[in-house]
Amino acid sequence: MRKGHVNQILLITDGCSNHGEDPLAIASLAKEQGITVNVIGIMEENRHDHEAMKEVEGIALAGGGIYQVVYVQQLSQTVQMVTKKAMTQTLQGVVNKELQQILGKDTEIEELPPDKRGEVMEVVDELGETVHLQVLVLVDTSASMKPKLPTVKEALIDLSISLNSRIGENQFGMCVFPGKNSDAEIVLNWTPRFDSLSSIFPKLTTGGITPTGPALREALQHFKSVRSRKGLLEAKEEHDDEFGF
Amino acid sequence: MMNSVSNIPLGTVIQGKWHHHHYRIVKELGKGANGVVYLAESPHGQAALKVSDDSMLIASEVNVLKSFSKAPVKTMGPSFYDMDDAIYPGMPQKRSFYVMEYVRGPLLLEFVKQKGDEWIVVLMIQLLSSLAHLHQEGWIFGDLKPDNLIVSGPPATIRCIDVGGTTKAGRAIKEYTEFFDRGYWGFGSRKAEPTYDLFALAMVMVNCAYKKEFKKGAEPEKQLYRAIEGHPLLKRYERVLKAALQGKYQSAANMKSAMLKEGQLIESRKSRQKKQQQKNAPKPAVNQNQQVASRSRAAAAKRTSVRKKSGGLFETILIVCSVLALYCAYVVLFLL
Repeated sequence: MRKGHVNQILLITDGCSNHGEDPLAIASLAKEQGITVNVIGIMEENRHDHEAMKEVEGIALAGGGIYQVVYVQQLSQTVQMVTKKAMTQTLQGVVNKELQQILGKDTEIEELPPDKRGEVMEVVDELGETVHLQVLVLVDTSASMKPKLPTVKEALIDLSISLNSRIGENQFGMCVFPGKNSDAEIVLNWTPRFDSLSSIFPKLTTGGITPTGPALREALQHFKSVRSRKGLLEAKEEHDDEFGF
Repeated sequence: MMNSVSNIPLGTVIQGKWHHHHYRIVKELGKGANGVVYLAESPHGQAALKVSDDSMLIASEVNVLKSFSKAPVKTMGPSFYDMDDAIYPGMPQKRSFYVMEYVRGPLLLEFVKQKGDEWIVVLMIQLLSSLAHLHQEGWIFGDLKPDNLIVSGPPATIRCIDVGGTTKAGRAIKEYTEFFDRGYWGFGSRKAEPTYDLFALAMVMVNCAYKKEFKKGAEPEKQLYRAIEGHPLLKRYERVLKAALQGKYQSAANMKSAMLKEGQLIESRKSRQKKQQQKNAPKPAVNQNQQVASRSRAAAAKRTSVRKKSGGLFETILIVCSVLALYCAYVVLFLL
């Protein structure tokens, strides 16, 4: 099998969107384009924002991804678990499709006898190790996020340590919302390592609104910009081996 | 979406959908992020049974367990018995499980607290032997920590009970725990290689000595070195531990022999000190004396090594000079 690509948006937020278009709609759009949207909702110790957490769940559902609600202290482990689990899920989806082509429409991995499942899982594991992963992290920088940003930074650097221990390549990017002059702003262009984050985070300013929808749209645009540039360089070879739905 | 596995009532009988075996849940043994482990009764006796909503995760762990069941690695992890999809009354959603050997015994830290610190080194050396076998089979244990280590016996044998982090060498470590993780402390990547396990083993030893974990400070490297220097047991194995943290041992066997060697040195030192003490020191000052003695010994060792080095240099110069002289003589006598 040729080397595949997995594209993900990772949204880290602690509140409800209150500006611009509906984030659920944009998340569905992302899913259609083969980009999974995963969401981490950060909880406060003694305040539970049910609305916000419902939105977190909704965005992940619409975006074909997974979500997790955590306290800020658990962020590091959660960021990794969500990213890896979502990647495995995407790959399982791909393997499922292939299986269905071979074994018939109704065959899913779960329907195989236990012994066979192990062999399939071995293939999924292998893919997860070698696949080219592209993650755009969307960080909520509304005012309430300010004290949590150092932890977010640590978690992201830690994520890149983990993912760079894989055999496959990685590309990371980061976008914050609200941005300085717009709803969302790309603060880090595609890079294989997150080390440069240390210099970016101190400069981040936090603002009042939470334009989650527009931010997701900006993120989608950013994925496209890479593809079209690649398209110019390598004609249309690249498109065939994108994983997705 | 992310599962919070709800409990199965004790006494429930779980039936396997494919293999039709029955297991009666006796009690909960442990709970992780992605599953619960129960003690269960099967027709063949007691066994540990792990249940999860994620059937693929179960399949993945069974892959590891199966390779553990091969001969040389057998003593380390639990043996694998069965894997199946669960059927039981009141089951909320699809669930899979696997059944493995029930490893009896206290967790590593409890054992050490009960029996004393002298067991730490013995058990670490045992663990190094097991790791050496595991690495040879192409696996890296990954999530090495006292919570995953049980001392069964007698005779006391260290065994691992959770293989969720076990990863094929060369890939990225599947699961880890911050305090024992090389990446967390800034000592390297999370690539599955023998040095990763050896780092974790050194941290297990630190954890056993202090009986607690501590948070990472601003200078993690120095912090760990200071922790090692600050505890008498760790201080004795300072060289080995630091080398393990720095990834200098390419194999578990190398680290094992280094630890054994260090232990012998300490023994011979101790016996020498005892003789001295019998001659002059009154009893209460034992500890101080030992420390002073070992320190002066270390200093002496340093001195001799310095002397050796300069001696070596002198020798080299002498040899070069004499060769040069001979060559000159050759030129003068035979060629001119």
